[in-house]
Amino acid sequence: MADLRVDFVGIKAPNPFWLASAPPTDKAYNVVRAFRAGWGGVVWKTLGEDPPIVNVSSRYGATSFNGARMAGFSNIELITDRPLAVNLREIKEVKRDWPDRAVVVSLMVPCEEESWRRILPLVEETGADGIELNFGCPHGMSERGMGSAVGQVPDYVEMVTRWCKQHSRMPVIVKLTPNITDIRAPARAARRGGADAVSLINTVQSIVSVDLDAMAPEPVVGGQGSHGGYCGPAVKPIALRMVAEIARDPETAGLPISGIGGISTWRDAAEFIALGAGAVQVCTAAMHHGFRIVDDMIAGLANWMDEKSYARIEAFSGRAVKNFVNWEALDLNYKTIARIDQALCIQCGLCHIACEDTSHQAIAVAREAVGRRFSVIDAECVGCNLCYHVCPVENCITMEPVASGKPKLTWKHHPNNPLREAAE
Amino acid sequence: MTGPTDSSAVPDIFSHRREGAEVARDFANTHPPLSPDAAIVEAHRCYFCFDAPCTAACPTGIDVPGFIRGIATGNLRGAAVKIFEENIFGGSCARVCPTEILCERACVRTAQEERPVAIGALQRRATDWLMARNHHPFVATPASGRRIAVVGAGPAGLACAHRLARAGHRVTVFEARAKPGGLNEYGIAAYKLPDDFARREIDFLLAIGNITITTGRALGVDLTLADLRRDHDAVFLALGLTGVNALGIEETPLFGVEDAVSFIARLRQMPDKTEIPIGRRVVVIGGGNTAIDAATQARLLGAEEVTIVYRRGAAQMSATRDEQEWAETHGVSIRHFAAPVRFLAEGGAVRGVVFARTRLDAQGAVVFADGEVTLGADQVFKAVGQRFVIPEQDGFPVLRDGRIAVDAARRTSLPGVYAGGDCVAGLDLTVRAVQDGKIAAEAIDADLTRMKEHVHG
Repeated sequence: MADLRVDFVGIKAPNPFWLASAPPTDKAYNVVRAFRAGWGGVVWKTLGEDPPIVNVSSRYGATSFNGARMAGFSNIELITDRPLAVNLREIKEVKRDWPDRAVVVSLMVPCEEESWRRILPLVEETGADGIELNFGCPHGMSERGMGSAVGQVPDYVEMVTRWCKQHSRMPVIVKLTPNITDIRAPARAARRGGADAVSLINTVQSIVSVDLDAMAPEPVVGGQGSHGGYCGPAVKPIALRMVAEIARDPETAGLPISGIGGISTWRDAAEFIALGAGAVQVCTAAMHHGFRIVDDMIAGLANWMDEKSYARIEAFSGRAVKNFVNWEALDLNYKTIARIDQALCIQCGLCHIACEDTSHQAIAVAREAVGRRFSVIDAECVGCNLCYHVCPVENCITMEPVASGKPKLTWKHHPNNPLREAAE
Repeated sequence: MTGPTDSSAVPDIFSHRREGAEVARDFANTHPPLSPDAAIVEAHRCYFCFDAPCTAACPTGIDVPGFIRGIATGNLRGAAVKIFEENIFGGSCARVCPTEILCERACVRTAQEERPVAIGALQRRATDWLMARNHHPFVATPASGRRIAVVGAGPAGLACAHRLARAGHRVTVFEARAKPGGLNEYGIAAYKLPDDFARREIDFLLAIGNITITTGRALGVDLTLADLRRDHDAVFLALGLTGVNALGIEETPLFGVEDAVSFIARLRQMPDKTEIPIGRRVVVIGGGNTAIDAATQARLLGAEEVTIVYRRGAAQMSATRDEQEWAETHGVSIRHFAAPVRFLAEGGAVRGVVFARTRLDAQGAVVFADGEVTLGADQVFKAVGQRFVIPEQDGFPVLRDGRIAVDAARRTSLPGVYAGGDCVAGLDLTVRAVQDGKIAAEAIDADLTRMKEHVHG
């Protein structure tokens, strides 16, 4: 059986599944329930200075897609609205009662050294395993110069990280905002400031939907709405790419990464880990289905690792990073062609209409005595994959590599490229 | 029905075998509609196929993926309009269509997982939604000045009338019975169209305007085709099947023996179903949907033993497999390969039926096998098919195989006379009747327009 234990910047946990700093980790009550359910760790919902902030009602919006609820999720909740002392006391109790689990505390105070110097010892006193700097929150707090307002300025990221390293012995994880052009800039800044790790992504600035009766963004608060932080399965592709950029950037290579963004299953987690994450954080999936989802995450990941003979998380962490390249490094002589398994085909015709209307007119339809027959016109097929994706039958359409008999040729050397490099 | 001639033998046929509220509940709730949430979940199962097989399988060619998408996106009005555009009886077809042999059999999910999208139930969701708003989705074009007679106010006749009315023609529908609706009013099992749905659907349809229904006027009795042709620009015959087939054995009238269609019609017209007397032991002879409807309703009314007896096998029954299972689920026994040879009677009332065992020969014809089976019965319903009865009059269109012969546009051999529904050859289904009416209306409209152009051109 695969060993799922992780040692993330010195923080030990029985598995890589941690709950992200968010409503599920706002109180001891929730966190204890999560630990009972099997979660490896939590990042406690962001603490700030007293007096506590005030939250609105309501706080969430969501995107349903083709009947799937919460394919995307958005919130306008701010950091904890409970007094600092209450949170600190509960953190201390929970860590005492659950010594084997990771307890990291998320922090957000004004961008002044004194504010950080004041709160860090209070957190350290709880016995928490580390801190996560919330430089990501894109709504509300950013209007007050905190959250993503810091995360969007690499110099601030570096400065605050350095304060935290100076005034605390705890490992420092810097949580990055995706609301920035190049994710590498704040990651590099975090490393320069001495960060032990980065975590990403925080939520994406969004208007999740518009209430067409109220004529206001959702969630509607007294007839008006604000922009919120988008998360859930819909943001996973954005998060994967940002994690991978940091993992492959020579300036941040080796910097531990806690992967966040739409992780709902063990497979999602495995993908983040393959692209360089050492552990992952989950929120929306737990908010959708409750903490029990971790059961299948743990078993599923372990079973997959056993199948692939990965004994530990580190065995496959970052394995896909070297295969994440720029487009110009891809082989232009590599070719695949769609194949339709007629025995599996249910004749829905989605492959045909998708190709005919929006791609390369490479799937023919023929009327048969009974039903229809869809077949690939090899000469027209560019191997784009669209038919494979629209086909509702598993394995009915496959993309088969076709030997071109030609050596690898990239754009860098392609004759059509006016700026091509001479062939080696 | 006359009483038994011998008062000593009291047949076991009584009304009120079951409690009224229970019976009313069973007749009202056999096919509950999809809830709005369930409909959305189900709608999302539709793959939105290209050139969809379900649409090809629908006799009226409803754009099935198109209307289902409307349900999925919350565009219920658009969904309903798509259905009614092709089939103004979309509401009753959603309830009575044998979808398991039409659209749902063609659904690619049937091939994939043997569980099609519930197209019929979704169609009901959309049509119910619009009909509940008392809104008629179409507007008639300006009056054409043309007058058209439709004979028969069943699905074929009214579908034709609606399409013609939409095109601006004045339509008079002549109906022999007391109420319009045809089989939807008199011939479909009560539990399939509860809550007076047939009547409500006609009110919905008539909201287009331009249509007058005259009941109690039968062709060959109160009307002649010659008069109709003289007074109208075109005539559409949707006469249905008014005769019933005989068993082909010697029959003397017996108390307790009745045609299934008249039992079904009586039941439909009775507000309190428990008022209908039903036998303790009921035998239904036949293998079609009429047999299923009679047998199942006999059970719902409280008959203890109900047996359908059919002279061929399950595969040859014209009732679909789903219908057969439906009857069996309601406690109906189905016996195959037995044909009636004589009734047993006592004092003028039926006491049972003697059946000869049968088998199919190499050509698939029914032949008698050795042996007889006797089933005791207090009541017997005959459901061995209906037939077209030619109205008594001169100058009727040419027939083919006992029904009115028509071309692809539903033109008969007589100029200006069209026909459709069960009185012409084809599947005996509501949905096919609607399509006939639709095609005929389009042909009438086109033919009249062409004549006008000819006159003025």
